Order: sequence, then structure tokens, then C-alpha cells
Amino acid sequence: MKLSPILISMRTASAAIVITFFLGIIIANWIVKIKSEKFKMILDGILTLPMVLPPTVMGFFILLIFGVKRPLGKFLLDFLSVKIVFSWTATVIAAVIISFPIMYRSARCSFEQVDQNLIMAGRTLGMSEFQIFWKIIMPLALPGVASGGVLAFARGLGEFGATAMIAGNIENITRTLPLAIYAEVAAGNMDAAMNYVIIVMTISFAVIVSMNYFTLRGRKYLSKDKIK
Amino acid sequence: MSLKVDIKKKFKGFNLSVSFETNKEYLGLLGASGSGKSMTLKCISGIEPPDEGFIELNGRVLYDSDKKINLKPQDRNIGYLFQDYALFPNMTVEENIEAGLKLSKKEKVNIVEEMITKFHLQGLEKKYPVQLSGGQKQRTALARCIAYKPDVLLLDEPFSALDAHLKTQVQIEIMELLKLYTGEVLIVTHSMEEAYKFCKNLVILKDGNSVLFGDTKEIFMKPELASVARLTGCKNISSCTLVSTNKIYAHEWDIEIELNESAADIGFVGIKSNSFVVADDSSERTNIIECEIIDVIEKIQGYTIIFTNKKSRNTASHMYFDIKKEKWNNRNNKNNLFLKIINDSVLLLK
Repeated sequence: MKLSPILISMRTASAAIVITFFLGIIIANWIVKIKSEKFKMILDGILTLPMVLPPTVMGFFILLIFGVKRPLGKFLLDFLSVKIVFSWTATVIAAVIISFPIMYRSARCSFEQVDQNLIMAGRTLGMSEFQIFWKIIMPLALPGVASGGVLAFARGLGEFGATAMIAGNIENITRTLPLAIYAEVAAGNMDAAMNYVIIVMTISFAVIVSMNYFTLRGRKYLSKDKIK
Repeated sequence: MSLKVDIKKKFKGFNLSVSFETNKEYLGLLGASGSGKSMTLKCISGIEPPDEGFIELNGRVLYDSDKKINLKPQDRNIGYLFQDYALFPNMTVEENIEAGLKLSKKEKVNIVEEMITKFHLQGLEKKYPVQLSGGQKQRTALARCIAYKPDVLLLDEPFSALDAHLKTQVQIEIMELLKLYTGEVLIVTHSMEEAYKFCKNLVILKDGNSVLFGDTKEIFMKPELASVARLTGCKNISSCTLVSTNKIYAHEWDIEIELNESAADIGFVGIKSNSFVVADDSSERTNIIECEIIDVIEKIQGYTIIFTNKKSRNTASHMYFDIKKEKWNNRNNKNNLFLKIINDSVLLLK
């Protein structure tokens, strides 16, 4: 069993979750504040699409944007000598786009569940919108936001379709764990594939369980007995 | 110190149109639920913008639709005590109190300490809201408002979230604590008792309109409008017409009532449920109702007798009469009841 798919997967998923996490929070916070319900609904539809579309469709769109014969891809290659497609960056882009809707939806849902009166109270007490977000909304929404982050991380770790389309399956560069499993199975090496499968399952399971544990502990202010 | 409010706001099927002025004394906004009381407070505090109008606090314009002025809630310096207290659940009592203070660390500590002592919150500094009782939550919320030194304090149904047995005690406590505060106080309530007890002046709201503004005691004595009479606890209200200058006929009860004063321009008559006296043996004829007793409801302090006019030719509507327990129990003949209307206390309404 080679270690490179594990390392690439961890690097990809870690880089992707940092981007997805903050992007999801920022966009969710922005969407929550939009007053026009129609506009909100349409934007939400667009932002959630990657979750329901086949990942290959998203891969297709990313190719349309970053392909070396496309304006943006050509510009990046000619002037900055950066080739996005079939590079490690492409695995990150694929993971971000596919995992973003999970993060965004969890964050939005958690923000919307924060009692509006608390936000109003913050305003009448002279707290700035920045303070209100960081001292009230974020702490109260944190369990939901964090669990969204975990799910998004797990989804990024498992990303296959879009990655295969835009990053390919290049050993030591873009071959992530899911692609390695596919490659091993295609080559008839079921035992090697099994090893990767066990690793993916272990990481995903460990992350989710540890998150549940932290979520439980993080809400200590809601239980009457645990605080002395 | 003064607060001037004159605002309008449109909703689907509901229009808010409120105007009043206060100076120093506690002002109550009394109205049935859905009459726009809370929305008025929200407009004053800047949480919800009105559509048009004018709000001025101590000579400072907070909102003026003509001049396009609309200060943010943060800049209005208005304390708002929410009905459910709106304490931040992720912060301790201390942290809640200092949440809005923009001062140095040392000054914050001093103010928090002062508020903790004044509002009897010692020992609760490190507790979270979920660990507090209703009264403690309310004191914390009030301490948080007052620490911020607002120019006016808005109390939204301050006692409605409390259990009945706590209410009286907390009311006394809060009113005592409010003496620490020198600014204006606006109390929204649907309870006539709270309004009567705590507010020097009243604004009466009905269906989003401020229909009456004046001294609380005068409003309770002379409600002027049928809707206001109902809000102030008058249970017997009937439409009426003038028979002569000092005699009216109440349609719903089918009764003629003689008045002490001459009346004009009235549409309704109100009689409080304690404005009758028993007159079984009286030979008098005027303002006496022979009662057909419909029901007798036993309450803690006494009975409420529900009756109609026995002499009525058509189906007259019910009237209510409150009587003390001993008086009712000592009556020999409970089936025959004659009541005399105390004509000093007949309310002439528009």
C-alpha cells in the first residue's frame, strides 16, 4: 500500500475545509441578511445545486472555466504560468465546490435559528453588528456551524467524480484515496483497495465522533447541572 | 426629559398610527393583544422602522421621515426590556450586564459590581441564564438595561412571563429598583391592574390607533370611549340613546336609566360590575333592575352574578354584578334579586 494517496487526501481535504468553512460562514451570514425572499430563494438554489447535481456536472463546469483552452485557464497559463486542471489545486477546487453547499446550509440554518430578540437586544444595548455576530450569533450557532464543517470535511475527503474530471488520476499528484480505491479495483487489486477503504472509513468515523463529543461539551451553558 | 412619538406603519390588514408625548412620569401603553403596543416600542427603539412620522427624545430627533433621519438602535440610547428578557444564553450574568458597555476594563468591572449589588444578584455572577429563576432573570435583564444608562426605558409586558404567585412580589421589587433609574419609563401592558398601579399617564391603543391619552386615574374614572371602558375593566356596556336630557335607554339591556347629569352626544353606557347595590325591599322605581339570575360564579373573593332584566320584552344581553361572599350567603331569597344602579358611577361613553 502506498502512502501518497493518504497524504494527498489529507492535504486536499484540510486545505478545502479551511476555504469551505470560512466561505460558507461568510456567504450564509450574507444570505440570512437579505430582505427579499425571492432573491434569497434563487441565490440559495444556485448555491445548493452542487449538492444535488452529479459531481461530474460540476466537474464539467469547472473544466469550462479553468480548461487551458478557455479564457480564464488560458490567461492563467499564458501570463502566470499556472495550470489549474490536472494539478493538486484542482483536487482542492473540486472538494471545495462539492462540499460548500453542506457547509453553507448548516451555517445558514444555525444562524437563522438564533433568536431574533437576542440580536435586537444586542442592538439596543449598543453592540456593533460585528460584536453581535462574534459574541452572540457565532457562539450560539457554533454547534451547528461546527457539525456542518465536519460533514463538509468528510464530504471533501470522499470527493471522487468532480476530482476525476478536473484533476485526473495522476499518481503522487492528484490520486486521492477515493481515486486510489477506484484505480486498485480497476486493476483487480481488491486487497489493496480494502486497505484504503478501511483508512477512509476510520478517518471519517473518528472525525464525526470527536465532533459530536465537542458539540456536546460546547453547549455547557444550556444544561443546568453540569456547571458548578 | 421628554419623548414625542407620532408614527405610522402599514402592515397587511393592520395599520399602526400612534402619537403621544411624555414628560418624566411613568407612561403606560394599554391595549388588548394585537393592538400594536409592542410594535410601537420596536419603532421607538429602532428595531423596526415606521413608514412615516417623527420620534424625538430629549430634543434629539431619532426618526423623521421628512428629513430622512433614522438613527440605528445602537445610537438611540434606549433601554429595552424584552418580554422574554432576551438574556444572552451563552453569557453569564456578569457578561450579560457588561455586554453593551463601551468602557475601560476597570470601569466595566465597577459598573458590573454596582449593578450586581443594586439588583441583588450577589452570588449569581457566574451563573448562566438557564440556571436563574424568573425573577432573577428579570433583575439581570433590567440591570443590563440600566448599566447602559439609557435615556428612556421601555418595558414590554414586564410581568407577563412570571407565575401568578411571584408576580406581586416581583412587581414590588422591580418598581423599587426602578427608582434607581431617573430617566423616563414606558410600560407596555394589557393588564389594567398593572397600568393603574404603575403608570401616572396612559396611552390607550386600539387596533393600532392611539385612541386616548391622559392621566391614568381620570381615564379609569371617565373612560369616554366604550373600547376604553372595556379595557379598564367595565364589564357591562350597552349601546344607548337619549330619551330626555337626563334619561337614557340602553338597548341591549332593555332598561331606562336616569342620570344625575344631563347627557349629550353619547352612544354607549357602561356600568361597572361593582356599581350596583342590592335593593330588594326598596319601594323606589327609578334605576332598579329586577334580575333574572342566569348564573352565579364563585370566585376567591366573592361571587359574580350573571343576570338579565326580568322585565325585558325581548332577549336582553347578560349583565354582571360582583358581590362579597358574606353578603350573598346571608341572603334569604336567592332567586329574587333587585339591583339599583348607582347613578353617580354610570359611565357615559362615545
